[in-house]
Amino acid sequence: MKRRDFLYLGGITAGAGLLKPARLFAAEEFLMPADLALKKRLADLALNAATSKGATYADVRIGRYLSQSVNTREKRVQNISNTETYGMGIRVIANGSWGFASTDDLTTDAIARTADLAVQIAKFNAKLLEEQVQLAPQKGYGNVSWKAPILKNAFEVSLKEKVDLLLHVNDIALQNGANFISSSISCVNEQKYFASTEGSYIDQDVHRIWPTFTVTKIDAASGKFQTRNALSAPMGMGYEYLIPDKKEELDGIFTLYKKRYDILEDVRLATKQVAEKLSAKPVEPGKYDLILDPSNLFLTIHESVGHPTELDRVLGYEANYAGTSFLTLDKWKSGNFKFGSDLVNFVGDKTQAGSLGAVGYDDEGVQCGKWDIIKDGVLVSYQATRDQAHILGLKASQGCSYADSWKSFQFQRMPNVSLQPGKSALKVADMIKNTEKGIYMFGRNSYSIDQQRYNFQFSAQLAFEIKNGQIVGLLKDAAYQANTQEFWNSCVAIADESDYRYGGTFSDGKGQPGQVSAVSHGCATSKFKGVNVINTGRKL
Amino acid sequence: MAILNKEQAQQLLKKVLSYSKADECEINISGSEGGNIRYARNAVSTSGGVSQNSLVVSSAFGKKLGVATINEFDDASLEKVVRRSEELAQLAPENPEYVSFLGPQVYKESATYVPATGAIDPKFRADAVATSLKIAKDNKLVAAGFMQNSSGYSAMMNSHGLFAYNKSSNVDFNVTLRTEDGKGSGYASKGFNDVNKLDVASATKFAAGKATGSATAKALEPGKYTVILEPAASIVLLENMFFAMDARQADEGRSFLSKGDGKTKLGEKLVDDKVTIYSDPQHPEIPTSTWNGDGRPQEKINWINKGVIENLYYSRYWAEKKKVKAVPSPDGIIMEGTNASLEDLIKGTEKGILVTRLWYIRSVDPQTLLLTGLTRDGTFYIENGQIKFPVKNFRFNESPIIMLNNLDALGKPERCVSGESGISALIPPMRIRDFTFSSLSDAV
Repeated sequence: MKRRDFLYLGGITAGAGLLKPARLFAAEEFLMPADLALKKRLADLALNAATSKGATYADVRIGRYLSQSVNTREKRVQNISNTETYGMGIRVIANGSWGFASTDDLTTDAIARTADLAVQIAKFNAKLLEEQVQLAPQKGYGNVSWKAPILKNAFEVSLKEKVDLLLHVNDIALQNGANFISSSISCVNEQKYFASTEGSYIDQDVHRIWPTFTVTKIDAASGKFQTRNALSAPMGMGYEYLIPDKKEELDGIFTLYKKRYDILEDVRLATKQVAEKLSAKPVEPGKYDLILDPSNLFLTIHESVGHPTELDRVLGYEANYAGTSFLTLDKWKSGNFKFGSDLVNFVGDKTQAGSLGAVGYDDEGVQCGKWDIIKDGVLVSYQATRDQAHILGLKASQGCSYADSWKSFQFQRMPNVSLQPGKSALKVADMIKNTEKGIYMFGRNSYSIDQQRYNFQFSAQLAFEIKNGQIVGLLKDAAYQANTQEFWNSCVAIADESDYRYGGTFSDGKGQPGQVSAVSHGCATSKFKGVNVINTGRKL
Repeated sequence: MAILNKEQAQQLLKKVLSYSKADECEINISGSEGGNIRYARNAVSTSGGVSQNSLVVSSAFGKKLGVATINEFDDASLEKVVRRSEELAQLAPENPEYVSFLGPQVYKESATYVPATGAIDPKFRADAVATSLKIAKDNKLVAAGFMQNSSGYSAMMNSHGLFAYNKSSNVDFNVTLRTEDGKGSGYASKGFNDVNKLDVASATKFAAGKATGSATAKALEPGKYTVILEPAASIVLLENMFFAMDARQADEGRSFLSKGDGKTKLGEKLVDDKVTIYSDPQHPEIPTSTWNGDGRPQEKINWINKGVIENLYYSRYWAEKKKVKAVPSPDGIIMEGTNASLEDLIKGTEKGILVTRLWYIRSVDPQTLLLTGLTRDGTFYIENGQIKFPVKNFRFNESPIIMLNNLDALGKPERCVSGESGISALIPPMRIRDFTFSSLSDAV
């Protein structure tokens, strides 16, 4: 064993008595190939067991979910953890109802028992059913596979290399006057095998990476502190995301990153900016024109466009947890519900290379694609799974099924919901020039929205004041509050494709028991007219 | 593997420890069994069963620590996981903040396990949902809800002679009822160790009352109002204060408790003197484990006493560095109140707003603990001691510290579950002056 494979510390020191659903293991195990023939044999066992017990449909997911996180602060490694979970989830329809059961015991007997349990649960639930499950037709694909188009598998990069990079990040911050810095790299690999009674055997290899940091600066005299987080995005990429490439950089008021990220450059800038934040001018509350960088706008898209167009929320399935949606079916049926200005076009897209939502097939074996959700400002569709497609009059699912583990029931989850770039050439510099009284915001910060997605409040890592076409300095304590429909109707400019970038999240929560999913939102810098900005400064 | 009793856990942990060749070794084991059922649109949607066990071995050579976990329990697997943790420790870098494992401790017995909760089966859950659905349909309301239960144990042992064991049970039920036209919404959430304390019908009826009562909401101008926060509303604000009471963050100057130059507000009066918040693992209404994950005993601790910050919680490393007792963060929060009912608080209110629940709480400024979020599932205008009419939901921007300085009256504490973090607490309803609502929401 090489030392690099075992640079390994526990994240188990706190709360060690609590449940640990994943097993921790050595890095070299990440690279062992999975046996495809074995998975097919196990899947067939499960499918046959389910149908023999009375299932009219069954699918099985055999998943190996790997994750690695390296966390540091200042000059030391806080923890490194490698986790793996492996098991099988069996979903069935019996007596018109869904049933589900899962197991990490992949012996013949256990698989048969689990399939039987799933059928029993379906039959039990059928008694409390209002309407039977109606699945959109789906052809079997036979044996197919999909692999994320990564250039460098993050699990093949030694832990030492990751630790060295993060400690270098920390050194830059400390040498430039930061009081504290924490930094981390998280990598995920989902090795997913799906099979169904319709004849699909789908093997997929999904990769994600998320490097980030937080720099803290304290003003000892006043006792005030400020932080600045990394402007990186979690991506559906390999370690290549952390290898800087000038071709993926944009010249803005500072360097901006597309599909490559220079973490060392960003931490240098962050350390300078966090000091400036301490002496920034408090924002004067009022109406401003907002220019939102994708690092900020993605989250506004996620909350105010992604969630309210989830069909299960619209129908009431999430009423007890995540909430419902103001985008009710009557608004869609009208064909003229003006969600946003004419410039606003949103697509659901699970094919975008490098995005978190990209897969070849969803978790119920539907090949993924791209469709309009908001077209020329009008609500034209939602996000649907196979059992929801008929509600929209669709002949096929939109491929939005996902489960965060083999042991979780798959259900409707958000695809990448992305704002299309402006059709005519427009640079951010020109947007700034044409703004009399505005704020230019970067980075995600505080975010909150109501359960039907009408009223939201967001703040940013960086808020630059614009006066008469010029950036005049940083503001502090600025947050924007708006009504979703009014906000998107106030969209007056979207930069062109050259500015298009991804933002995203690793941990969008939904469902009971709760599940997480990772999703990206592509967009270009956009301008919104006359948005209400509040001052969030308080004195204790 | 089934849930282990104390003797079985002790025997297994001794065996695992016998394989150890490290300077120090500590083993944690835990397991649980349970199930869940979910419903929406007045019908069951999904349900499932969960059973899991996990064993964690921590081995240390000097200040080098290795941790490995396994969920297989044959002898060969157990020895393998010990060897693996030792290999990892040998190859790990030294951790300057490493602290040796604790020696033997004395723990009180906990009251966290109730056999009746352990006996919950799928039929019990389905019957509970059927009861809830009937109330919804009888009231022409649409129900969505969730019930889950689990029974489990956790145990730990180390090479310094420490042994701890705890068994616990838990049941959670929450339901949202909405009027058929979507103009009214009500919510109830209950969680107990003892299923005998759970009254699904009563909780559903509470939510039904809020749904029906909130259906004709009028808009009030946002601004500063006197509010009465029900426990389900105040817990989601108070927990953010509690989560930020870490001593290291305060000492490092990056907490609402920091004063600059390394000084903190520990020992100072920070909120109204009616505020006393403590934790007590033995409290009959909210029993919790009598030890925490690294083996420290959980004891009754005052966190805020008559408005004064009396204790902060510490990691063992930070406590050693600061030469203070390493008080762990607790599992349950208890705030003292009075014998006044919610109705009494309403009667004593000239003009104000009754808030059933707050939702989507996010930190806006960690320096002042400013939080934002919205009212939800029943917001009502009070005038001359009576509820006059339902009002549209508001967004607020408020700090729990400012709020607890504007505390006007407290009622009788009741057990509630945070709709944000899921933690349980014993919190009184409270009346607050000058609570800041910053905008209106159309959401129901």
